[in-house]
This record gives sequence, C-alpha cells and structure tokens, in this order.
Amino acid sequence: MLTYKVEPKGAVSPGISTCQGCMIDVIFRNALDVLGEDTVLVVPPGCAAQFSGCGPEASVTVAGIQGNLENSAAIASGIANGYKHQGNDHTTICVIAGDGGTVDIGLQSLSGAMERNENILYICYDNEAYMNTGVQGSSSTPLAASTTTTPAGKPVNSKDLFRICMAHNIPYAATASIANIPDFRRKVQKAKDIRGCRVIHIMSPCPTGWGYKSAKTVEVAREAINSGAWLLLEYENGRLTISKKPTALGQVESYVRMQKRFKGASDEAIAALSAHVCERYTYMEKLTQIMA
Amino acid sequence: MAVKMFDGNGAAVEAIRLARPGVIAAYPITPQSSIAEHLADCVAEGKIDAEYVRVESEHSAMSVSIGACLTGVRVATATASVGLALMHEVCGVTAGCRVPIVMPVVNRSLVAPWSLWCDHSDTMAERDTGWLQFYASTVQEILDLQLCAYRISEHEDVLTPSMVCFDGFYLSHSMQRVDTPSDEEAWDFVGPYVRKNMYLDPKDVMFINDLCPTVEHTEMKYQQKVGFDKAAGVAKDVFAEYEKRFGRKLSAVESYRLEDAEVAVVTIGSMSGTGKYVVNQLREKGIKAGLLRICMFRPFPAEEIREALQNVKVIGVMDRSSGLGAFQGPVCSEVKAALLGTSCQVYDFIGGIAGRDISDGSFRKIFGMLTDAAAGKELAGTTWFDVREDAMNLREVEMPC
Amino acid sequence: MPTSTHATRKVLGPCSHILVAANTGSWRLERPDVDPELCIRCGTCAMYCPTACITVSKDKSEFPLTFDWNYCKGCGICGNECPKKAIRMIPEGGE
Repeated sequence: MLTYKVEPKGAVSPGISTCQGCMIDVIFRNALDVLGEDTVLVVPPGCAAQFSGCGPEASVTVAGIQGNLENSAAIASGIANGYKHQGNDHTTICVIAGDGGTVDIGLQSLSGAMERNENILYICYDNEAYMNTGVQGSSSTPLAASTTTTPAGKPVNSKDLFRICMAHNIPYAATASIANIPDFRRKVQKAKDIRGCRVIHIMSPCPTGWGYKSAKTVEVAREAINSGAWLLLEYENGRLTISKKPTALGQVESYVRMQKRFKGASDEAIAALSAHVCERYTYMEKLTQIMA
Repeated sequence: MAVKMFDGNGAAVEAIRLARPGVIAAYPITPQSSIAEHLADCVAEGKIDAEYVRVESEHSAMSVSIGACLTGVRVATATASVGLALMHEVCGVTAGCRVPIVMPVVNRSLVAPWSLWCDHSDTMAERDTGWLQFYASTVQEILDLQLCAYRISEHEDVLTPSMVCFDGFYLSHSMQRVDTPSDEEAWDFVGPYVRKNMYLDPKDVMFINDLCPTVEHTEMKYQQKVGFDKAAGVAKDVFAEYEKRFGRKLSAVESYRLEDAEVAVVTIGSMSGTGKYVVNQLREKGIKAGLLRICMFRPFPAEEIREALQNVKVIGVMDRSSGLGAFQGPVCSEVKAALLGTSCQVYDFIGGIAGRDISDGSFRKIFGMLTDAAAGKELAGTTWFDVREDAMNLREVEMPC
Repeated sequence: MPTSTHATRKVLGPCSHILVAANTGSWRLERPDVDPELCIRCGTCAMYCPTACITVSKDKSEFPLTFDWNYCKGCGICGNECPKKAIRMIPEGGE
C-alpha cells in the first residue's frame, strides 16, 4: 500500500520537479482526476518519468509501471489482457508518454496495439522534441525548429500522429491542448467511456526547449491553435470533426516569433511552415466532409 | 502419465498448456514458429483458456508478457535467434522486476550471416541478462525442464525468469516419444500462478520499475544475485520432487562415465547424445573417456562441475557459439573458472556453428586431440573444429580496373 | 486474485511506494501578487497553475486567492493568463 508523506493534489504529488512553466503536471492531474483511482499508469522514460518516482519515493497515487521508451503500448496491452483474463473490465490502463516515446521509437508498439484494438487509453503529451535529455529533435519537431540535433532548423515537417491513428481505425482519437483544459477533460472522459484503443495527443509547449518565458506556456499553446499550427481534432467511430477552426489560419508569424527555437528560421522556412499548416487544415477539413 | 509423440516445439507447447497461462504473446520466428502457431491453435480450440495477443515483434511479446504477468497471471511466450536479440532490452526488465516468466528459446544462430540453423549464439549472448538458463538434450527434457522451470522461477526465494533452451531443428523439429503427465498430474505439480512480489493492482498501489539512484542500484542487483544463489538449491529440490512424481531424473549437470575418466568432453544441448555414443566407442577401445553435460547454465553449477571433473586429466569443452574476441568461448571460460586450482588441463573446441553438424567424427577427432594432449602433445587453448580449409577464400570477385 | 500481501512485507526489485513532494517552492525567483480589487475569482489561474497551488475563495469576505508557497515555482502562468490582469509577479526577495 502507498504510504503518504504528503497530501496529494488530486492523484499527484504537489511537488514535482518538472521545469518551471511545464504543464505536464496539469495533464497528469486532470487525466487522473477524470479517470479516477481505478487506473493503472504506464509511463516511459522522458519528462513524465518525474511521475514514476525515484527510489522508494512516489509521485502519483495510482498504480503504475515505467516501461522502456518504445514499449509503453505493448506493456499496456499486456496489462489489459491480464485484467481481461481475470474478468476485470473496469480498470483503465492509461499510457502517458512523450512524443519521442510515441511517434519515434514507440510507434511500432503503438501501431500494434492500435491494430489489435487493445483496451487502453494512450495519451501522448507532445513537447515536440526529446526535452528530458536536452532538446534533441524528434519526429514531432516542426519544420524549421532548432533543436540540439537540428541546430540549423529541422529540414522536414513533423509526423502526423493523428492521421496515423485514424489509419488504424481505432474507436477514438483526439488532439487536445494545455490551452484548453475543459476540452482535454471532456476528451479524456469520452475516451474513458469507450472500449478499445483510444489515443489523445495533447500539445504541451516546453519553455526550456522552445525558448520562451515560463509564464507564456498557455499563451504559446493558444497561439498554436489560433494559427492552425495545432489543430483540435476528434475522430470517433469513423467520423472526423474539427473542434475549433483556427482564427488566423496560416498566420504562424506571431506564433514562431514567440519562440527562440525558430529564431534562425528564414522567411522562406516560415512561409513553408505556414503553407504546411494551411495544407494540413484544408486536408483535414475535406476529410471532415468525407467522414461526416 | 501417457506416452505421446512430440517434436521439441510440440513438447514446449504441451508444457505451456499444462501450466495454464492466462495470457500468451508470441511472434513467429524460424525455428520457433510452430510454438506460436500451436499456442494459437490451443487457444482457438479452447485447450488453453488464455488471451492470445498477436504482437508485432518479439520486443512487444516480452513487453506484453511482463505487463500481463504483473497483473497476476501466468504468461507464455517463446522466441529464437534475432527475436531473442530484439527482446534483449526487455529481458533485463523481466529479470530486474523479478517477473518469473518461463520462456522456451529455440536456439538459432545470430545474424550475420543469415542462417536458420542451430547454434547457441542467441542464448549465450543473454547469459548475463538475469535469466535462469536450462539447455535440453532431448525432446522429453524440454517438457520436463519447462514444467520444473515454472516451479523454480516462481519460487519466492528465486523470482527470476527462465529460458528453456533447445537446439533449433535438432530438437525443435525432431519427433520423439515423450512421457507426458496428465493435466491433473501436471497441475498438481506446477500449481496456479500466485503473485508474490510486485504487481499492478489499483487497490494496492506501487509504481514499478522507477528510476533507482546509485545508492540502491547495487543492492537491487545484489537481490538478483541472491535469487540466483537460491535458485541452485530450489532447482535441486524441484528436480528431486519431479523425479519422485514422474520418475525422470533431472540435474544441473549430467555425468557420463566420468568415474575413472582420463579425458572428457563437456557438452551442452543436443550434441550430448552423439558425445555419449563416441564415449562408448572409445571405452570399447580401452580409452578412458567420459562426458559431462551441462543442463543448467544459469545459475552456473560450478561446484557440481568441479566435483565431476576434478580428477579428469584433460578436458575439452564444446562451445556452440563463436565467442568472438574471447580467449575461450563462454562455456569453456566458465568451466575453466570452476576448475580453478585443480590440475585439469582445459581446452576449448568451437564449432557446430549455424547448423554445422557436430558428428561422431567431430567428437572422435576432439577426443583424439585430448588423448594426444594427455600424452604430452601441445594443444592450443582454443580450437575451431571442422573448419573448411578454404575458409579465407570463400569469395573471389572481379575488381574494376 | 490470489495474493500473498501482508500488512508489511519485503518487496524485491524497483518500485516507488512512499508519496513525497519536492520543495519546488524553493525554485521561486518571483512570486505572484494578487490585487484583490481586480480579481473576479474566476479560477483561470488555478486551472492553469502547473503545481495546483492556488486556492480560490468564492467567499467575498475572504482574500480571493491563497498560494501554497511550498510548491509555487514562480512560473508566472497565473499572472499571464489572468483575464483581469489582477496578478503581477514581484521579486521573491521583495522589491
């Protein structure tokens, strides 16, 4: 049994050593608040490993396991099948993993779990690089963004996890943002009530890696939504909906100028990023019509 | 008890069926594939009441197995060769988190070059991963060892996973008669899976496999070491109980005509039968030959080996993996360490790589070298046997001018 | 589910089982300062606060916000997101 040395805030320790201005705490707290104590977490290494504990010291009040970087979805599949075999159909098995552990090295096991429609909820918090190890580029890093492994700016666009999820025909996939907590909670609640493989991809800007003042995390995330650099999408039973149309689609200037990681980006690169954002939105909008 | 016909993979499946796993995760790989297939058949036909997870890789097979086992059910998976190599990372998690999984491994060479055939390079590469390792020499023994391995691995003093290793094709695809316990007899021996250490239970919260600082990491490894220490005794007890129940003797090492032996070979796996046959031939000629078969490689039965071999003058150890860069192969290095302080002369023989047969002729040649050494002739520390003379000239290609 | 759990028992291998907290309040270089006249007690700051260290009082007779200084990292998100600009960041050591 868990021993309490401090009063938790919800299901999370009040003092977690995530960076100043990081909102992964908010993701954990809200997700676990909606999911309740009948939850088992799978958390791979990464920033979120702060929530796995260290030595005997725990950071959350629910059961869980830290996997390897690439096998969260597989470990979760095992837990889901173990419970299923024992007649437990009520416990939520929830992965909370970063973008590297999801769209890079973890994509294979996630793909397998999605194909098998395992009864798991997979939440990917996306800070668009390997932040925990010192801001190395991942396949979520956007075009033109500088990281320690893309110092001159990433030459290619990011991978589209949401479309990958749709391509697996899972019962529920959604994107969310830390700039819209009620929307995230609603999506977690919806996912909780669905059986099968569910994926929520939530943008979580990183002051340390993106280069903005810690106070600006929500503002940056909001600007990403306004410009269409981050879309709020929902895919349910084969239907795609766009939760919110960007108010300034393609106008990524103000978004990128808030962040040092785009400091060296040329006007051409920013224009290319803008074009990508517009193309993706147009594509998604067409899909919503086809998949209505 | 009934006599049934199984190939090695069939015997492994039968042992798994008898142990009643709740979750099975398997990925096919030659020569293990028929295990993955037959387990699927068993589930489809209702012979095993389990969830069958058709995973997309061996890495996921082991990951699923760990997750499932930690919920409190017995699990099953199996692999071979590069599949085991892909699992390597997660095998360390299984061991370190004390998840007592029993896994048949069908020995097959590691790439490169590609090969489908048997050697021990796959499991020898895992020898320090924290798993118990048993090497079967017959199809019967696959079933016997696997049933025992559940009891040993799951013992509360051990809590360490097991690989039950057997030679690809030589055993995996060789049909032999197998004395098979009835479902009830086997269940009475193996018993239900009981969670004894860490588990994932929303009502009893712990967060497993978190980052552990240096101040306690050594101790975590020491706990595993103690598990191995205890495993040796537990294995002895379990083997004794198995013999009492089912009449078949199992042991960490098997001595064959060693009592007065002057020369001996140390074998592991399916080559042992051929070795014994040659020992008998040599005995008829008056040569005092013997054989020691290592059945349990982890924990390494150093005392038993010393006990069995200390009076043998010259010993040749058979290594069925290349041990590249080492002075001697993995089996020989350890046997030699076990014999430290004795006057035994220990030589390594590397061969049987990627399905090259270790024939009676191979053993006769090796015994010949050992008897020569006993007579004072110089012998290299390590000999690659049955190597083609044109080894360095296998390919000759045209050069562009 | 079969179990051998007892009130206390030894566990082998790595697991965390004692809920603790880092004193993240010690990181703070600036602290939020609320103007009770401007604050409308909407709770936006509390919703976004990474450390959940803001308590909003709906009771008009009480001061609108209390901060748990043990854990407030001083990130300033509360002040940035306040719709009434009622929170400003002041140096931790005083102005």
